[in-house]
Amino acid sequence: MSYFAFLAEHGTTLLLGTVTTIKVLVCSIILYVIISMIFGLMRLSKNPIVQGTATVYIEFFRGTSLLVQLFWAYYVLPFFGISLEAFTAGVAALGLNFGAYGAEIVRGGILAVPKGQWEAAHALNFSPTKRIKRIIIPQIFPIILPPAANLTVELLKATALVALVTVVDLTFEAKQINSITWLSAQCFGTALLIYYFMARFALVPFLRWLEVLAAKKVGRGKA
Amino acid sequence: MEMGFKWDFAYEILPQMLLATLNTIIAAGVGYAIALVVGLFFLLGQRTPYKIINVINREIVEFIRSTPLLIQLFFVYFVLPQFGIKLSAWLCGMITIGLHFGTYLSEVYRGALEGVSKTQWEACRALNFSTVYTYRRIVLPQAFPIAIPGMGNYLVGIFKDTPLLSTIGVAELFHAATAVGGYNYRYLEPYTMVGVIFLILSVPAAMWVRKLERRVNVAQGKIKQ
Repeated sequence: MSYFAFLAEHGTTLLLGTVTTIKVLVCSIILYVIISMIFGLMRLSKNPIVQGTATVYIEFFRGTSLLVQLFWAYYVLPFFGISLEAFTAGVAALGLNFGAYGAEIVRGGILAVPKGQWEAAHALNFSPTKRIKRIIIPQIFPIILPPAANLTVELLKATALVALVTVVDLTFEAKQINSITWLSAQCFGTALLIYYFMARFALVPFLRWLEVLAAKKVGRGKA
Repeated sequence: MEMGFKWDFAYEILPQMLLATLNTIIAAGVGYAIALVVGLFFLLGQRTPYKIINVINREIVEFIRSTPLLIQLFFVYFVLPQFGIKLSAWLCGMITIGLHFGTYLSEVYRGALEGVSKTQWEACRALNFSTVYTYRRIVLPQAFPIAIPGMGNYLVGIFKDTPLLSTIGVAELFHAATAVGGYNYRYLEPYTMVGVIFLILSVPAAMWVRKLERRVNVAQGKIKQ
């Protein structure tokens, strides 16, 4: 069977799987960005309870493997009476796991904002909320976006794991086609290529664009 | 289905889980050793003066880095036999992990080499040291401490990615947990224990790496003590 015949027969199935992968990716990006913002700020709180909660959360999710968390969310939570759909469990595990890594990036970004900015905002009698919201947060984007971009590419790769908890994504479809046809080189090769193209020609250029945009907003980039 | 954590069941499967933990540690160690060497080869490909090799090397690294380890595992495990190369699941897993993380480690090496200031090279040139001598006695001793935190991070990273090996049937910790869980129709205890074992092993390791990172930064004068 030639490669084109293979694509003609199974191409649509793989594309449908790709759509699911993109859905998982977008949902978990939204979740992880929100979580990292919240926990990144909590990590810097002066209240020991708030800071401790954030530290425990971050250490827990960074210390255990993503696959373990995923299986825990899908197979173990029902023992506590919480049954999640595969898609929800997958997105939740991805978001919580990458949120922990992202929180550290946000924390580093906030610490990297020059002290003078805090002092100036203080001198101008801005309220603490306004200080964070209007002065500090806009300045952290150029700092955190490059590492966050790396993390997001890692997230795209990690979405492949949701196939193992029966989410019908690209990896799942590739595995399925492999078990029917045994054309392993074709189906896994195609899946690898699709992931590669998604990362190299869609996700990475988009993130670079965001980086340039953020740098421009604070007047650091080339106009 | 019985609710709640059953301690006696957990106690019963504990020896089995600890034995499998040993396999996980071996897998991570061997995978890491391969990755360290593979990283050197990618570094070499990056630094050779031949442009065409540089470009090919970069594209290979880019490709491996932007595709999921899981599918790479499947690819190696299912495709190689079709070309008459029959390898065990263990070997496939080790090779794939070595290749995947080798690309990351080559970046760590590169960063470390670039972290050595250019004037060191110029001084060696002025003293008429050979390239080999410069690397061996001047550059590498300075680059190595810079590389240590990154290398440590990827050791922890490989350790946390070993559960993926269970998908091709390597009998490591996660595989054992799934088997025990399937046999007894109880996943709560085995999977929870896997999580706890991972925490016990990887949190201290990560903390140790961070301490190393701090020490390197202090030695480099990047931060004050």
